[in-house]
Amino acid sequence: MSPRPGFVLDVDRSTPPTLFWHGERFSLEKLPEGSRVIYAPEPIDPLKDPSAAIRAALTHPVGDQDPLPEQLRPGMQLTIAFDDISLPLPPMERPDIRQLVIEQVLDMAAEAGVDDVALIVALALHRRMTEPELRHALGDRIYDAFAPNGLLTQHDAEDPDALVHLGQTEEGEDVEINKRAAESDLLVYVNINLVAMDGGHKSVATGLSSYKSLRHHHNPQTMQQSRSFMDQHRSELHSSNWRMGRLIAESGVKVFQIETTLNNDTFPTAFKFLQKREWEWKAKDRLGYLAASKALDRTPARYARQIFHSVKAPHRMTSVQAGEVEAVHKLTTDNVWAQQGVVVEGQTDILTMGLPYISPYNVNSVLNPILVACLGLGYLFNMYRGKPLVREGGVLIMTHPTPWEFNPVHHPSYIDFFEQVLSQTTDPIEVADRFEESFATDPWYIHLYRTGHAYHGVHPFYMWYWCAHALQHLGAVIIVGGDPAAVHRLGFRAASTLADALEMAADVVGPSPSLTHLHAPPILMADVQ
Amino acid sequence: MTRVRDALAGRRFFITGATGFLGTALVERILRSVPDSQVVLLIRPGRRATPLQRATKEIIKNDCFDRLRQELGDRFDSEMAARVEAVAGDVATDGLGLDDDGRQRLSECDIVIHSAAAVSFDSPLDSAVEVNLLGPSRVAAEVESARRLAAEQGRTGPVHLVPVSTAYVAGTHQGEAKEELLDGNRFTVSVDWRDEVDAARRQRSDLDADSRRPERLTGFTKQARSELGGAGLHLLAERAERIREDWVKKQMVVVGQARAQSLGWPDAYPYTKALGERALVAQYADTVPMTIVRPSIIESALAEPRPGWIRGFRMAEPIIISYARGLLREFPGVPEGVTDVIPVDLVVAAIIVVSGEALLTPPQEYQGPSVYHVASGVRNPFRYGRLVELVTAWFTEHPLYDADGQPIVVPEWSFPGRGRVQRQLSRASKAMDLAEKVVGSLPIRGKQAAWMAALEEQHLLADRALGYVELYGAYTETEALYRVDRLLALWDRMDDDDRRTFCLDPAAVDWDTYVREIHLPSIIEHARVKTSAGKSTKPNRADRARKNILSPDRHLAAFDLENTLIASNVVDSYAWLASRHLPPAERAAFVADLMREAPSLLLLDRRDRGDFLRSFYRRYEGAPVDRLRDDGWELFYDLLLAKSFPAGIARVREHRALGHRTILITGALDLVVEPLRPLFDDIVCARLGEQDGMFTGRLDVLPPIGEARALVLEEYAEAEGLDLGESMAYADSASDLPMLEAVGFPVAVNPEAKLAAIARRRGWHVEHWHKAEGGSSPLLPLGPFDRRGSLGRGRTSAAALAGAARRSAGEGAR
Repeated sequence: MSPRPGFVLDVDRSTPPTLFWHGERFSLEKLPEGSRVIYAPEPIDPLKDPSAAIRAALTHPVGDQDPLPEQLRPGMQLTIAFDDISLPLPPMERPDIRQLVIEQVLDMAAEAGVDDVALIVALALHRRMTEPELRHALGDRIYDAFAPNGLLTQHDAEDPDALVHLGQTEEGEDVEINKRAAESDLLVYVNINLVAMDGGHKSVATGLSSYKSLRHHHNPQTMQQSRSFMDQHRSELHSSNWRMGRLIAESGVKVFQIETTLNNDTFPTAFKFLQKREWEWKAKDRLGYLAASKALDRTPARYARQIFHSVKAPHRMTSVQAGEVEAVHKLTTDNVWAQQGVVVEGQTDILTMGLPYISPYNVNSVLNPILVACLGLGYLFNMYRGKPLVREGGVLIMTHPTPWEFNPVHHPSYIDFFEQVLSQTTDPIEVADRFEESFATDPWYIHLYRTGHAYHGVHPFYMWYWCAHALQHLGAVIIVGGDPAAVHRLGFRAASTLADALEMAADVVGPSPSLTHLHAPPILMADVQ
Repeated sequence: MTRVRDALAGRRFFITGATGFLGTALVERILRSVPDSQVVLLIRPGRRATPLQRATKEIIKNDCFDRLRQELGDRFDSEMAARVEAVAGDVATDGLGLDDDGRQRLSECDIVIHSAAAVSFDSPLDSAVEVNLLGPSRVAAEVESARRLAAEQGRTGPVHLVPVSTAYVAGTHQGEAKEELLDGNRFTVSVDWRDEVDAARRQRSDLDADSRRPERLTGFTKQARSELGGAGLHLLAERAERIREDWVKKQMVVVGQARAQSLGWPDAYPYTKALGERALVAQYADTVPMTIVRPSIIESALAEPRPGWIRGFRMAEPIIISYARGLLREFPGVPEGVTDVIPVDLVVAAIIVVSGEALLTPPQEYQGPSVYHVASGVRNPFRYGRLVELVTAWFTEHPLYDADGQPIVVPEWSFPGRGRVQRQLSRASKAMDLAEKVVGSLPIRGKQAAWMAALEEQHLLADRALGYVELYGAYTETEALYRVDRLLALWDRMDDDDRRTFCLDPAAVDWDTYVREIHLPSIIEHARVKTSAGKSTKPNRADRARKNILSPDRHLAAFDLENTLIASNVVDSYAWLASRHLPPAERAAFVADLMREAPSLLLLDRRDRGDFLRSFYRRYEGAPVDRLRDDGWELFYDLLLAKSFPAGIARVREHRALGHRTILITGALDLVVEPLRPLFDDIVCARLGEQDGMFTGRLDVLPPIGEARALVLEEYAEAEGLDLGESMAYADSASDLPMLEAVGFPVAVNPEAKLAAIARRRGWHVEHWHKAEGGSSPLLPLGPFDRRGSLGRGRTSAAALAGAARRSAGEGAR
């Protein structure tokens, strides 16, 4: 039986309650009659033989590129850059796609007698990965072969000696990227494309760049003009990255792009009910839901968090394509859409979403309030093509406990951003004008970013800019079940139940509003007609 | 017609004790009610202020002068400057410590009023003797020579001396006390005042000698250590010396009380006052014309300068406040007994009128020293039972509130005997003492420690309440009646105008109104207690302190590390580093060993931090330097940063942003604090010796501990040209006291019990910083498993430090 496509359910009297994520917990909520629930397509069939597919992609590249083995020769300098801990979500079961792809690239390099090979984590301004995380992504064999010799490094956007300025685009955007990557004879980029925003020129132009480069597109103005940033054709974020990517290519940096897509088989067996449609739940699913939610209710939040963060997703690879960046990325985008696209008719007054425990920036960490905002208003709100799911002036209702909690090792600048910046203003443009520079150039944050596992000082600003389009578009944001103090600091409203939230929303959008629930994860992209 | 006022107009008054409650009211009244009068005040010279500055600050700026200030308007300052003079001197010194100028000015005065006294219930015997017993005679001696000096200059000089005594010099025994000199008094045993003076002075030197005996000194040092912990030698010595001085003082109080009671007085105050009167009369009755005024218990003003005016805490206020706070459940007394209270303005009026009378009396008609009582007991008796009723009713209607904003219910009064109350209170005090000792020995900090400090404060209050009962109990049980026949005769002689200006008739007081509408509201306002519901307004104070600390004018901010910025310590760091490369099987043994050792480590740390660090760091002997330096970074990110206080780190950065120098002073090892280097301008820490790539286990650089921290700070500030008075120090424990005391703005961070108590007493700013909620918090501070080790590779690297750990844990080297 082939997987079913995405589906928009109209809620009627016989519809069972709908599952809402609530951080490390979930609840079943009865939605008003006439509401719509958008479900992702079912996981599409994975590649039967991923290794063969990878080999085929490397030997039959797309676009203007020779097969990889032909580009490898003794004495050359080869750099393999790869996506960091932010992908995929949740982290996938071993073996990770990165390991599968890089092992084959390394085999080919070894066959060709290439000695000078370096691995770089393309983490831009994200936190450095820990040893266990790197071992998980690459496998012990690669890790032990490269790490002890210093050949596995993490991109350092604050090391002036490890960066090279390639020039400015026609729009005056600085392009500064990792020196080793730029000066290698060949740069192989290994990507995992979880959402439509990832990949393409963004891989190198963002993943291996510095603050000097990033600030040209990671700013409120760009984000407000990206509608959405998940739709590369209407995304100023992507236009900028594409300009930079082309400049990188023109500068003589040879990039061999390898992109992969995953199916949305997100949760292991015990949690399978999370990706099923409620009216199709079997006894096993109901039991799973009951067992999980009862057990979680009795588990302190921090242990529940540990449990969830140890969850590894059974994602499977659905495609792999390699070669020239733009040609590769076109195929990738089509493949992402095939898994995630759902056609939705018209906008809604109220959009509801249950926020899970994880976002790209809190793997193995707590989803702090800023990341809660970013997950809802940045990521899920922007999961559309055409127009936003919710109409202009509409209300976004999210369910999440939103605790006033931060990981001091991963998110030190977030703590200060929350205390010092959001207490003053939540307007992204004012935030940028008044505070960005001092956080971005703060020596302590830079120190923690470079030597520890901290996101860069400027990163919380980017999270807030990610919300800029939604903040401009929405009439109100309500968080159900959140810590009121933290919710208010974000500039949002707090409600204790969904019913309360709906009442509050009606004050904004008027009586008898239309309501749509985004049933994610699993991730889906709404094609709003 | 105003006889008294006219007689006094334009005269000069010499006043002692002007900074006291009675003295302030007296000065104000003379200046306000006696036209063109001038006052010369005998003021003890302050350390920084001249006598006139002190007089301005402590007397003229008092709210007692508000009425006069309003009446005079713009003329107030110039008028005060013209009419108030101050001379340096001290009644506890022979010759009053007057210089020639002072003696000249005294000779130019007409009336001398001696109101200086040691009224405090806990005055040591010798200081009470100096002030109360010898003071009046010293004043009289100076008056005598001033009269001679004036005569030489062809003037009259001081005409009359008015010494203020107390009604209780007549004792508190049942019966009537007349307004007569003490020699005629049948209640008190006659002793030679000179013998008493000698004995009191001897007692002081005997007790001082006693306090220097080795076993006593050991005890004081022990007590200092238990209060301060391992704060360092100098500080301990300083504290021990203060304890010794306090001990002597306390013994002198006990001695005074015992002596007074043995002679029939309730305590040292009336005893010394009585002997003072005797000495005065015996020596100067013939040469210095004088009239003694003996008030009973002076309380807030009935009408002048305004109803309810009071200065300082008098005798009854602490008792009443303790009762209203629910602290003092009962106070001994007999309901039918008379509480002899007299408003201050009546006493002031009596003194002024007595002075006026003296001026009106021709010298030839002076018949020798006489006495006036200013007391209410006979003329307008106020029953103790009524007082209790009024107070209880008032506080039921206007309750005080506790820190949580809850009203405090005042207890029912059962008029117990003094013995029972004393027993109750001393039991409570002992229980709290025990609780304090137990809690104080626990390693608590932060909020619990603040609670502990509150407990200590309660204890202090209970002790004080016990003191009140012991001291004042006698007064509420007083059955003596102080006759006021002479006072009333004086009142009768006054004309209507004088009566309006100088009301001294005790019958003028309506006790119900006085207690309900005048006295209680006034003392409640004075006591600054919580009189409204709701949470306290403390945050404002903290905010103000914080603002003060974060002013660009400050120079330097010094930080301690452990439990000030990071909830961790040297043992945690060691455990993490030592277990980092241990195979799983050995980790368990390692943890068990460390936990077994924990109590003795803790004990050593509390006794002497320097010794503790030196001996503890021996464990690093033989550990590979390079690997540990690498591990130090991992330790920081795996354990220390996760246990850091983000608000503390933000504070360091805030100081830097304000241009303050920041310095970290810690006993931690350099390899542990290395990752913190960019946070501070400078770091002072410990460093281990190295040899052939291994640590020697001996310290190359000793970490500054206790007062060494203060020294480091002082040297640093001097070298950098910074002012410690304009600097901050942040620390969590009493062992950091020297550093905290060295700066102008000490901040106690999550203070442990001892420091919390000290910070509370001294009004230091306290910060409660906590770990970020979302960080990881491992149960044990252990390094992560060494994966290479567990994979069977790099097994040999599991390590000399582990070996060192085993050696020091007593397993013997492999």
